[in-house]
Amino acid sequence: MQLIFEKSRPGRGCTILPVCDVPEVQLPEQLKREQPLPLPELSETDISRHYTALAKRAHGVNDGFYPLGSCTMKYNPRIDEEMAALPGFTGVHPLQPAATVQGCQKVLDTAKAYLCEATGMDDITFQPAAGAHGEFTGLLLIKAYHEARGDLHRNKIIIPDAAHGTNPASAVMAGFTVVTIPSNADGCVDLDALRASVGEDTAGLMLTNPNTVGIFDSNILEITDIIHRAGGLNYYDGANFNAIMGVVRPGDMGFDVVHLNLHKTFATPHGGGGPGSGPVACKEILRPYLPGCAVAGDSAPKLQVKGFYGNFLVVLKALTYMMTLGAEGIREACEGAVLNANYMMSGLRDLYPVAYGQRCMHEFVLSLEQLKKETGVSALDVAKSLIDYGMHPPTMYFPLIVHEALMFEPTETESKETLDEAIAVLRALYELAYSDAEQMHQAPHHAQIKRPDEVQAARHPVLRYQR
Amino acid sequence: MANLEQLKFAKSHEWVADNGDGTFSIGLTDYAQKELGDLVFVNLPAVGDDVTAGEVFGDVESVKAVSDVFSPVSGVVAEVNEELLDAPQLINEAPYSAWMIRVENVGDTEELLTVAEYDAFIAQGE
Repeated sequence: MQLIFEKSRPGRGCTILPVCDVPEVQLPEQLKREQPLPLPELSETDISRHYTALAKRAHGVNDGFYPLGSCTMKYNPRIDEEMAALPGFTGVHPLQPAATVQGCQKVLDTAKAYLCEATGMDDITFQPAAGAHGEFTGLLLIKAYHEARGDLHRNKIIIPDAAHGTNPASAVMAGFTVVTIPSNADGCVDLDALRASVGEDTAGLMLTNPNTVGIFDSNILEITDIIHRAGGLNYYDGANFNAIMGVVRPGDMGFDVVHLNLHKTFATPHGGGGPGSGPVACKEILRPYLPGCAVAGDSAPKLQVKGFYGNFLVVLKALTYMMTLGAEGIREACEGAVLNANYMMSGLRDLYPVAYGQRCMHEFVLSLEQLKKETGVSALDVAKSLIDYGMHPPTMYFPLIVHEALMFEPTETESKETLDEAIAVLRALYELAYSDAEQMHQAPHHAQIKRPDEVQAARHPVLRYQR
Repeated sequence: MANLEQLKFAKSHEWVADNGDGTFSIGLTDYAQKELGDLVFVNLPAVGDDVTAGEVFGDVESVKAVSDVFSPVSGVVAEVNEELLDAPQLINEAPYSAWMIRVENVGDTEELLTVAEYDAFIAQGE
């Protein structure tokens, strides 16, 4: 397929921008380009066909099953998009007088109340633009808390080895040193290792519960208590919030601060790079350090991690989602997510060993180590083979503590028929691995893009079009 | 390539070589590079940094994932193999030649295995 630049023809074009209806202002000469920007020149038909062709090559939740573990690729109701497209919400500016945007204020206040209730927290900031941005913000709150108390030696954040990769990255970005603790035989926090790692330098713990192998850590109250007794604070990575929403709350588990991925759990299409929304909710003790908005007229200098109120329209979609479902519906969605994951896991575990535990929460991790040893067919081969059946591959090779891992998160919005089909395909692939491994090494056979050279792409990425 | 009999191995899949001049070279084992797959990035500490036995001193990124690399010994980084930063594939091609760091003032060490013990340790895990 040609790039849009390659389709360009000199002199071709279309009228997208309206005629200028204000006096023209000339930029100073020294700020002007010496050469015109080499933008592609295309007709509206060319552009429309180009992007439609790209869309046909992509796979989204609207195309088929998308069990990408840890990403919660659920179906997003159309009504959320409709609300976010209302002109009263899209046509506002954060600097216009507050009296003229009372509706938007009500949206933020209501979303704040609901999300604080759902997380068991006291206050929230909507500034962070996505999950890892939320982690970073939450860690800065923990840092500010210790600093305000004159407790300046707490520079270590404890993180289990099964954590999302963003956790240690965020901690380092926020200026902490990471202490990694091993998981126990159940894939949960090793309490002895945790006790041994806390001390006067403990700033806090970062944890997701259920953890990355899909197990709810039943020692959670003891875990958060160990940290509190050591003088640290507990950070809840809300990436797996879909597994607990409406049932249990991070605030009740002993956590002090939590981020939510509104674009995962609370319905906004994601995976294409945004916009997302990673609000951070916290307990009363952290409230003074929450990011503020520079225009709010506050005198005290506050943390600011993004302009104004973050990605407001994503918050609006989340509020629409919550109001559509109601408290009961939120709980049902969560229960459906857990039920679907357990149903799918039960249909596979006799062939593909489950890494940990008898029951899972919203996702589960299979280990294909045995299959690879016996047939040479790897987790990658199975994932690539799924593409030929119109399914998006699951998350691969994560968490790192499981070898040849495939991590499935079916979400609550898939029907029993879809799950049955996925189970049947995966069982057929298992048989195929023993009868014709070579066919799986070559998969996908029917996709437009087969196996990109990932090594070359990582070592020598070509990120810009060059004539 | 180094004589494997003269190397010591950590259970976290690093090798250590005594260079005989007070410095020790550290790299990734053949088993580790095979498990990781093709490496695309390598992160190394700076000369003068402290490393601690059993703790992370750098990381390697393959197409699959980023993995920490643990130091089998405590000491001070005397030299880093900067060639790896541009050519991480050297670790895949010749893991026992592609040293990552050289450490001096070595104090503590992890529990280290001989090549026979390390092979047995891997076989046991599989």
